[in-house]
Amino acid sequence: MKQEHPAIDVRDLTVAYREKPVLWDVDLQVPSGVLLAIVGPNGAGKTTFIKAVLGLVHAAAGSVLIHGEAYSAKRKRVAYVPQRGSVDWDFPTSVLDVVMMGLYGQLGWLRRPGKTEKEKALRALAEVGMEELADRQISQLSGGQQQRVFLARALVQQAEVYFMDEPFQGVDATTEKAIVDLLRNLREDGKTVVVVHHDLQTVPEYFDQVMLLNVRRIASGLVEEVFTEENLRTTYGGRVAFVSAVAARKES
Amino acid sequence: MSPSFEIQLIAIVVAVTCALPGVFLVLQRMAMMSDAISHAILPGIVIAFFITQDLSSPFMIVGAAAAGVLTVALVEALRKTGLLKEDAAIGIVFPALFSVGVILIAKYAGDVHLDVDAVLLGELAFAPFDRFTVGGLDIGPRALVVMSAILVVNVVFITVFFKELKLTTFDAALAGTLGFAPVLMHYVLMGLVSVTAVGAFDAVGSILVVALMVAPPAAAFMLTRRLKPMILLSCAIGGQSAIGGYWMARWLDASIAGSMATVSGLLFLTAVLLAPERGLISMARRQRGQRVEFGSKMLVIHLYHHEGLPEAEKECRLDHLEDHLRWEHAFASRAVRSCKSQGWIRREGELLVLTSAGRDHAREALVEL
Repeated sequence: MKQEHPAIDVRDLTVAYREKPVLWDVDLQVPSGVLLAIVGPNGAGKTTFIKAVLGLVHAAAGSVLIHGEAYSAKRKRVAYVPQRGSVDWDFPTSVLDVVMMGLYGQLGWLRRPGKTEKEKALRALAEVGMEELADRQISQLSGGQQQRVFLARALVQQAEVYFMDEPFQGVDATTEKAIVDLLRNLREDGKTVVVVHHDLQTVPEYFDQVMLLNVRRIASGLVEEVFTEENLRTTYGGRVAFVSAVAARKES
Repeated sequence: MSPSFEIQLIAIVVAVTCALPGVFLVLQRMAMMSDAISHAILPGIVIAFFITQDLSSPFMIVGAAAAGVLTVALVEALRKTGLLKEDAAIGIVFPALFSVGVILIAKYAGDVHLDVDAVLLGELAFAPFDRFTVGGLDIGPRALVVMSAILVVNVVFITVFFKELKLTTFDAALAGTLGFAPVLMHYVLMGLVSVTAVGAFDAVGSILVVALMVAPPAAAFMLTRRLKPMILLSCAIGGQSAIGGYWMARWLDASIAGSMATVSGLLFLTAVLLAPERGLISMARRQRGQRVEFGSKMLVIHLYHHEGLPEAEKECRLDHLEDHLRWEHAFASRAVRSCKSQGWIRREGELLVLTSAGRDHAREALVEL
């Protein structure tokens, strides 16, 4: 009988900048249909983890399997939502055009996007409530709108696995709700989503699983099992008062 | 073709050829890279000349392209050490390579046409004398033939890889995850910048190449918000600089290349000042409008707060605005004028009184807060 592979299977992932380890021997298995948050203090290697999984930074060691196959073979089934600030929003292009960029991978070299791609992109924009802004120049968007454009660009790829780097960072309430709805829809469709997340308070509400990361993996698994005060204390070190406040809120 | 016409044609072809890769340099915020490359290709040219002993050999272009790519690789390697930032790395690499070129020329090539003045400034006026002949047949000035060939390469590359260039320029990380080698694209683009620089070099010299690569795209960036129009506009502004520069040089009896760079700079300045949305003047006007709008809002709220109270007599006077709100006289009167024209307040002697529309506006503004 064919064995069911986890959607994401990361083993012994290690990244170092010169001799300084940024990620140290991280293992993570995520089953299909799960929303997983990665939390940890600044400099814990959360973004680096995602980038190493996607092959954007060089890993000193470790392996990544997506649904049981090497990432390079499954590239088209994986979508990436980088941090909003990673691109120049003054770039001369339209909202629709940015969303269509998500389809470039399926098009491959040289083939140009056409009518089908445009329709797909418009549908993805509708899913994030942005279809009316399709022709807008991207420099005219608010932070929340920029984030939704990035999400639409990932949605349009029809991927199985999504990696999102701080999608909730600095967005308005409307966008936050739109993102949460979107994550739940993705889960219902059996997709797997890994989200770098900053707001500890909302972890139990938004996510099924969590990985606590601080260079090493401190813990990972179901939120109710591993999102404990003790684990948070280990992850965040000195900032105990802040951690207890979160834990207290969680209890109540 | 008359020499005058030929010179203008060469100037236009050079300007357009430079503007094309320049668009992507400007958008990647790598404009300084054109400066670095245009200088650092010198040792490549000199070494290629030593090997071929022929100034018109196509290997000169190969040598230049190799030196350009070497520049990019060295800058990248220095940056990766984490010890210095990209601008500092550029600042170290290109003078080093350029000086190697200068020393090589001074030491071993003193008697050939490779002199430093020509390298820095070029001389367009002499371009028509150097002909390109095939089997005794005069095809045209060498500079025109060479630059046209490079123009074709640039046009073909940008047309064929338009989608890939756009993606890697906007979001290299996404390009990486989608399987479009962004690093390779970067090196190919830099190779093109090098080839363009070496081709343009004979005509306009290595310093002015930078002006033609950066100024027209930067001006176009002010004027449009789409990539394709930006590319076309950059070419148009480049062409404009070429023709304008030629006639300015004739009028002033000055260097053609220098005049072209001056005109491209002036066109950029015009765009920065007058661009409809991003221009300095329209931005200043917009800011002033917003300040007056905010001032009017503050004024109606202020009047609303003190309305009907005993101190109203004192608070709701024009001169009070200057004393207590610390508004300058000009600004206070602008805000008052703006409120009056919108029917929010009226004047009763020295006293400012809210109309009912003004009262509504104040209430709305307070709710918004």
